[in-house]
Amino acid sequence: MLKVYINPDTVMVNDKPLAHNEKGSAMLTELYRAYIGDYPKFFKMDTLSKLGFVASELLLQAEGKVRFEPCENRAVVFFNRAASLQADAAYQATIQHPENFFPSPAAFVYTLPNIVTGEIAIRNKYFGETSFLVLEHCDEHIMARELQNAFLDPMTTSILGGWLDCTDENHFEAELFIIEESNK
Amino acid sequence: MIVKVSDNIISPLGMTTAENYAAVKAGRSELKRYDGLWKLPEPFVASLMDRKKVEGAFAALAGNAQYTFFEKMIILSAKKALENTNIDPASDRVLFILSTTKGNVFLLDERETGFPKERVFLGVAARQMTNFFNNPNAPLVVSNACISGVCAQIEAMRNLENGCFDYVVVVGCDVQSAFIVSGFQSFKALSVEPCRPFDKDRSGLNLGDAAATIIYMRKESVNTDDWVACRGAIRNDANHISGPSRTGEGSYRALKVALDDTNPNEIAFINTHGTATLYNDEMESIAIERAGLAQVPVNGLKGYYGHTMGAAGILETLLSMQAVDDHNILATKGFETLGVTHSLQLSNQNKPTEKQAFIKLLSGFGGCNAALLFKKGGSLC
Repeated sequence: MLKVYINPDTVMVNDKPLAHNEKGSAMLTELYRAYIGDYPKFFKMDTLSKLGFVASELLLQAEGKVRFEPCENRAVVFFNRAASLQADAAYQATIQHPENFFPSPAAFVYTLPNIVTGEIAIRNKYFGETSFLVLEHCDEHIMARELQNAFLDPMTTSILGGWLDCTDENHFEAELFIIEESNK
Repeated sequence: MIVKVSDNIISPLGMTTAENYAAVKAGRSELKRYDGLWKLPEPFVASLMDRKKVEGAFAALAGNAQYTFFEKMIILSAKKALENTNIDPASDRVLFILSTTKGNVFLLDERETGFPKERVFLGVAARQMTNFFNNPNAPLVVSNACISGVCAQIEAMRNLENGCFDYVVVVGCDVQSAFIVSGFQSFKALSVEPCRPFDKDRSGLNLGDAAATIIYMRKESVNTDDWVACRGAIRNDANHISGPSRTGEGSYRALKVALDDTNPNEIAFINTHGTATLYNDEMESIAIERAGLAQVPVNGLKGYYGHTMGAAGILETLLSMQAVDDHNILATKGFETLGVTHSLQLSNQNKPTEKQAFIKLLSGFGGCNAALLFKKGGSLC
């Protein structure tokens, strides 16, 4: 199974470490510049979306298939604990003080965890199912159950899915994989 | 087949599904203008709960327990839905699914000190509900923006179809706060008057408080008055994170899967998202036309409740079921003159129907769209 793991210090593609100099969200930008580089919308994203974007790009590069063909049979299904907490806190800071009240639509739009699933769908022309599920704790059993359930969609034959959690710019974890449904 | 066992709606229009349906059928709404509420600099129109009423109902149920307003709403709605059943919520064969976008987000405000900050985590908030019912399973929280309420029902259907559980209790809720209202204001998405879905003069949405619960089970033989959740789909526009597709792409694709080979003549109505923003309503008209459903009656319920976010998909499903039971297509409150490109069968009057099926449609930020086909009796599924 193809797999990418990222935390603020470590990047692993199929269990092999990927070299980098930076840590935290600066590392995500370093990875973007080194391995992606053609998608300036990256710089507008919140940390959760940056994390999901970089992890999915590394995963899809490792998959090695033709990219950007429109399709409806690949779902994007993520799980986490903190939903969009980093973006929520950033938005809250813009409305906390009445004397310095500057709510921003660009910040508000990221206060939903499923925005990252949309970012990945846009990048890859995935018209299939996109879904974000929040759990109290990371739980392999529940994630396996829900991913299995996702194949009940009549068109879904593969899922780009996994754990994608971000509390702030220096605390995040992604473990994404691609699973295929055989015999469909 | 997946069949509805029980339900509840708690909203400014009532504390039961029946009260809510009667109010909507009579054309009532609690959308009101609020000036200076939560110290927001601009006024807004919203449908807000009388919080004292909820506090009172909750105290009668569970005494002085320490729950946030959001948690009281979800517990109260689930409790009322469970009351009329013989389901043991403490059983490990029962799963709770919570549909919400912002849960206890008000706790991020540094002035809020009454509750542990960890309750801002949606899974921790959902756990307050499962603990209340002594349910041993980890609750699942669906947080897919405005389509969460239909996604949560699809998750429930799948868990039952795969035999993972015997019953799934799906609770949808969002409660309004400075966070949400100011965010939508910054987007210029809010109307300064009660919203007007699909109307030529529509100018944006209103927000609303609500909690709604639907309980599902799997059943081999379906009775003629059972409500069956037939087929649903979630599809992405792959176009923009905050603007709907100009071709209604994801909504059209979701509709196509939900319809499958259903004859459009069997469908009483399509209950749309119908937020009354310029772009959403236009996009839905395109998707409905593309799906070959332009002749099917269409309605939208945001003129009664505003946009209730995580509750919307469940609340609007339940009112649509009640309407079909009552041989009625509910009026689209606020609509007068068609203001979308494609001709839709809309009315601001209740209309009779003898048909037994409907489609619930939703769209949201992140480019996500969902459609779910419901049929009474299920013989058509």
